[in-house]
Amino acid sequence: MNFLAALRSALRALAANTLRSILTMLGIIIGVAAVITMIAVGSGATARVQEQMKGLGSNIMLVLPGGVTAGGVRLGAQTGQGLTEEDSQAIAQEVPEVQAAAPSLRTGAQVVVGNSNWSTSVFGTSNDFLEVREWPLESGRMFEAAEMQGSAKVALIGKTVARELFGDTDPVDQVIRVKKIPVTVVGILDKKGQNAMGQDQDDVVIVPISTFRNRIQGGTAGKLKRIGSISVKVKEGQSMKAAEDNIKDLLRQRFKVQPGADDPFSIRNLTEIMQAQEASSRIMTLLLAAVAGISLIIGGIGIMNIMLVSVTERTREIGLRMAVGARGKDILAQFLIEAVTLSLIGGAIGVLLGAIATWAVGSFAGWQVSMTLGSIALAAGFSAIVGIFFGYYPARRASRLLPIQALRYE
Amino acid sequence: MALIEARDLVKTYHMGAAAHTAAGAGMTVHALRGVTLDIEEGDFVAIMGASGSGKSTLMNILGCLDLPTSGVYRLAGEEVETMAQDQLASIRNRRIGFVFQQFNLLPRTSALENVELPLVYSGVKAAERRARALAALGKVGLGERHSHTPAELSGGQQQRVAIARALVNQPQLILADEPTGALDSKTSADIMQLLADLNRQGMTVVIVTHEADIAAWARRKLVFRDGLIVEDVRT
Repeated sequence: MNFLAALRSALRALAANTLRSILTMLGIIIGVAAVITMIAVGSGATARVQEQMKGLGSNIMLVLPGGVTAGGVRLGAQTGQGLTEEDSQAIAQEVPEVQAAAPSLRTGAQVVVGNSNWSTSVFGTSNDFLEVREWPLESGRMFEAAEMQGSAKVALIGKTVARELFGDTDPVDQVIRVKKIPVTVVGILDKKGQNAMGQDQDDVVIVPISTFRNRIQGGTAGKLKRIGSISVKVKEGQSMKAAEDNIKDLLRQRFKVQPGADDPFSIRNLTEIMQAQEASSRIMTLLLAAVAGISLIIGGIGIMNIMLVSVTERTREIGLRMAVGARGKDILAQFLIEAVTLSLIGGAIGVLLGAIATWAVGSFAGWQVSMTLGSIALAAGFSAIVGIFFGYYPARRASRLLPIQALRYE
Repeated sequence: MALIEARDLVKTYHMGAAAHTAAGAGMTVHALRGVTLDIEEGDFVAIMGASGSGKSTLMNILGCLDLPTSGVYRLAGEEVETMAQDQLASIRNRRIGFVFQQFNLLPRTSALENVELPLVYSGVKAAERRARALAALGKVGLGERHSHTPAELSGGQQQRVAIARALVNQPQLILADEPTGALDSKTSADIMQLLADLNRQGMTVVIVTHEADIAAWARRKLVFRDGLIVEDVRT
């Protein structure tokens, strides 16, 4: 049977019962609109979650010096003092995927102001550290170049330290004593909260690395420029794996490691957080699939129901068509086309509704949404499949009618 | 060779499977009890009989809508009773035009498209379909009403559309089942005139009726009683 003729007769049959057709389509309309909206809002939400995850450090790597083996006893990471500030600079400059790299040294220290004191972590590092950690200042300023060079007695403090030492007074330009060295607070770090391990990240004092080495660390100054770790931030959109491999190659070159020998350093990243991120987006996808699947099945059952009614109602028409020469497959095709037309029109209206809903969510709730051509194609494909799948049984039933019984049907 | 050759046609209905064709109670209904019949090409035949006499059953078998329980039916030399449903559909499409008591036009569909229907199923292209359907409508005198839907046409006009549909594929046989049953006597005469004209142009016409004045239009009259032909007269 001619496809256009079948399509025309399908549209005519659907138009004959406009309200019924629309009610039937409602299931598909709601299903497709839900899918479109959920995908758009969902991908927006995923992007937001990724944004927040980045703040937690999913694109941060930590390069640590390798462990020292003393008399056969391996003393673990950071016991050897292999890495230097030059290594950090080399990583920042020579690895293309790297946005910033900051060397750091760390110690625990008692910090004193007037008659209050507080035990906290002291970091010696550079301004890049704040960039790597995406950690803005709440007030004050960062270190100046001269201060970095000249072991200036300046510090940035975290919110917890500020609260414990100063209470409600403004700590900027106040002097704190770190291991008896007086340093001036030049800035306060924004609140960052706990890290993945439950440690308070705001309980911190940051000083220039030269200040740390020359004034706070004490001990021999001989092992010049040795550092505890390098924090590396990978550029957005760049592969963590590629960055890690390049850093590894670069450092092996710098340390002149023989091929096959162990790395004298180790690279760590926050795989746990990345796994959590992957798991959350997987759950999101599953949720989407479940919602889409259920609503499309319900829509499909609606179509099957109404097509069965339609076949029964039009039994005489089927008999007439058979009398003038329609074969079983012509009748099958006709009712399948009708069912698919129904579901595709429903799908189209659903896409439209979904787009409106997406836009509404985007502009009123202020969420980041992104509607893709892919989700529209997915919705269209699904509605066509639903139409074929749920339209097949009624159509087959129609095609199996015997002409004489169909013609005589009352 | 006759257009229609029927030999010992028997049709038996078992109650339940096709209950609506059975007038009486009982497990088995013998609608046809061995009908032998030849109809020559170009003839005009009326089949008469009371309801339940088997005339409609014969009509359905002649129209390849139903198959006999036993017996042989050849239409234009082709043995029909062994054919599959799809082959029967093709035979109906090419060789037979049906006219029904209730017209059986598709609702909300223009006269033109109704007439085009058999051509759609024989795979004729749209332009030729339209031309042939218009020609058929012209033949029944409804050339300028081709865009009207059945609801906008009178009963007589609807039956003319149905006749146009029956003849659009140039069949050898037109089967009319009580074609005037739903029409007043004046319109009935018009419709019979139209069928008679078609017959004069060489088409074989078989009508089923229980009205003697309608049967009078035909050249040959068959009377059925209890599944058998009891009278076969030429006028």
